[in-house]
Amino acid sequence: MNATPLLNPFSLFFASIFTSNILLANFLGMCSFISISKDSKSSNGLGFAVTVVLVITSAVNWAVLHYVLIPLQLEYLRYIVFIITIAATVQILEMIIDRVSQALYMSLGIFLPLITVNCAILGVSLFIDIRTYSFTQSVIFGLGSGLGWWLAIMALSAIRKKTDKAPVPAGLKGPGITMITIGFMAMAFMGFSGMLQVQ
Amino acid sequence: MNTIPALFAAPVAVGVISAVLAALISITDRIVNNYGDIDVSINGGKKSLEIKGGQPLLFGLAEQGIFIPSACGGRGSCGACKVKVHSDIGPIMPTELPFLTKEEISDNTRLSCQVKLKQNLDIEIPEELFNVRDYLGTIERIRAVTHDIKEVYVKLPDGEEVNYVSGQYGQFEAPAYDTIKTPTMRAYSMSSPPSDKTHLEFLIRLVPGGIVTTYVHTLLQEGQKIRVVGPFGDFHVRDTDAAMICVAGGSGMAPFKSIFQDRVDNGTINDRDIWYFFGARTKKDVFYLDWLTQLDRDNERFHFVPALSEPQPEDNWDGPTGLITEVLGHYLVEKIPAEQAKEGYLCGSPGMLDACMAVMQAKNMNPEKIYFDKFA
Repeated sequence: MNATPLLNPFSLFFASIFTSNILLANFLGMCSFISISKDSKSSNGLGFAVTVVLVITSAVNWAVLHYVLIPLQLEYLRYIVFIITIAATVQILEMIIDRVSQALYMSLGIFLPLITVNCAILGVSLFIDIRTYSFTQSVIFGLGSGLGWWLAIMALSAIRKKTDKAPVPAGLKGPGITMITIGFMAMAFMGFSGMLQVQ
Repeated sequence: MNTIPALFAAPVAVGVISAVLAALISITDRIVNNYGDIDVSINGGKKSLEIKGGQPLLFGLAEQGIFIPSACGGRGSCGACKVKVHSDIGPIMPTELPFLTKEEISDNTRLSCQVKLKQNLDIEIPEELFNVRDYLGTIERIRAVTHDIKEVYVKLPDGEEVNYVSGQYGQFEAPAYDTIKTPTMRAYSMSSPPSDKTHLEFLIRLVPGGIVTTYVHTLLQEGQKIRVVGPFGDFHVRDTDAAMICVAGGSGMAPFKSIFQDRVDNGTINDRDIWYFFGARTKKDVFYLDWLTQLDRDNERFHFVPALSEPQPEDNWDGPTGLITEVLGHYLVEKIPAEQAKEGYLCGSPGMLDACMAVMQAKNMNPEKIYFDKFA
């Protein structure tokens, strides 16, 4: 699976949002996806935060990978190194947001620190390595994945608003119906996969 | 690359990357959290301060000699450090919410330990806090008044004086000792009269497991330096002609000792009816008995009613017995004229406060005229 010449930036961007949605095709970042989608306002905040962090960490991790790990033949350290850079990025971002916009800081609340342990973020950085993306491709892939995650959580929170009021069998209330919903959503998104794929 | 450098390469690389990121974080912190000096205007410009930004308002004010009461030392767990912030500093934080009532939220009350100094502020604090000072006193005398209560008499530094009203309290700091790693402050009512401007006296009861009380009872020595911050609090005698119904237990004696001595000093002890109910288990828990019975004997309108709940045979007790609430209820019906206006003053454990409040209200005392020291 070497360099992917098929992908011009636009198809990569489109593919990472729809056909290879990080959530619904790769099932990454599920825990916050399920727990936060109860509330659409929080979902929006978290979606935005995930997108910003994804763009920054995909760029930073690409640089770390290509300028530090590969020259030193230390690629096997990528898991630990990526996690450290993600944690540091989130920390710095949190301080900057605290200074720049108190309103945004309050609305993101605890979600920002939580993103550190969101596996979608680490997943994207690892895909960048596995699929040997260029710098531009990495950033586009990061942005697209973030927007895709945002789209998916907004869609799920909208659906959950309906299922909350729907006559769901008692045993399926809450997580049960949510998991089934996610399954249907994943199938729907699979419909896009005929168009193009990033694998 | 041979194996030995490769072995070291990994930890070194991880270490270097972590160090670079840590440096980045601290540089960002320096830049982002550098707010310069913040202008804080207090009580509509009565006092203006220039405080270094980036720190909590509570600490910034303390740096400038204005001490907002705080029992937990800025951890956001006691909810005592409330101030009104009139500048718009954004929404109330989740850490503040549990401590604020609806009214406080609508009149912009905030916890000063949770408000970070980022912009110029316009705040409002109780006027008397301007009077609060930080004293490094000396323990002049420490003596046991009962088996578990010590009377601690602190001399203020030479040339310094304190002004307060009987019933107010001070914060007494125990330094770090044994397994307690940080200095710890606790609030105690002053038991000395305000006329003694160069000393502060506290009655400190040993609380099992208490950080400051254990220190006072086991390690504190005469001649030692001790940090005291005060005065705080709004527990004080209202200036009316109503009969004062005072109830205390244990170290709740402190504010009343100060109040009565103050009235003796001013010659006002006989100006109104004062009933002082003091509850204890046995005779060894009663203290200042001679002084109080003497006051009772000398002053027609001062009535001292000590009551023992578990008098021992060797106590030879011929005074009232039973729980202080029972004795109080009995006196309110039998001895104190029902038509007389009354004010309640309470100091003791929360359980005792609640029980006495219930008795006083059952005997038709106006709950708005029952005052208590909530820190007791």
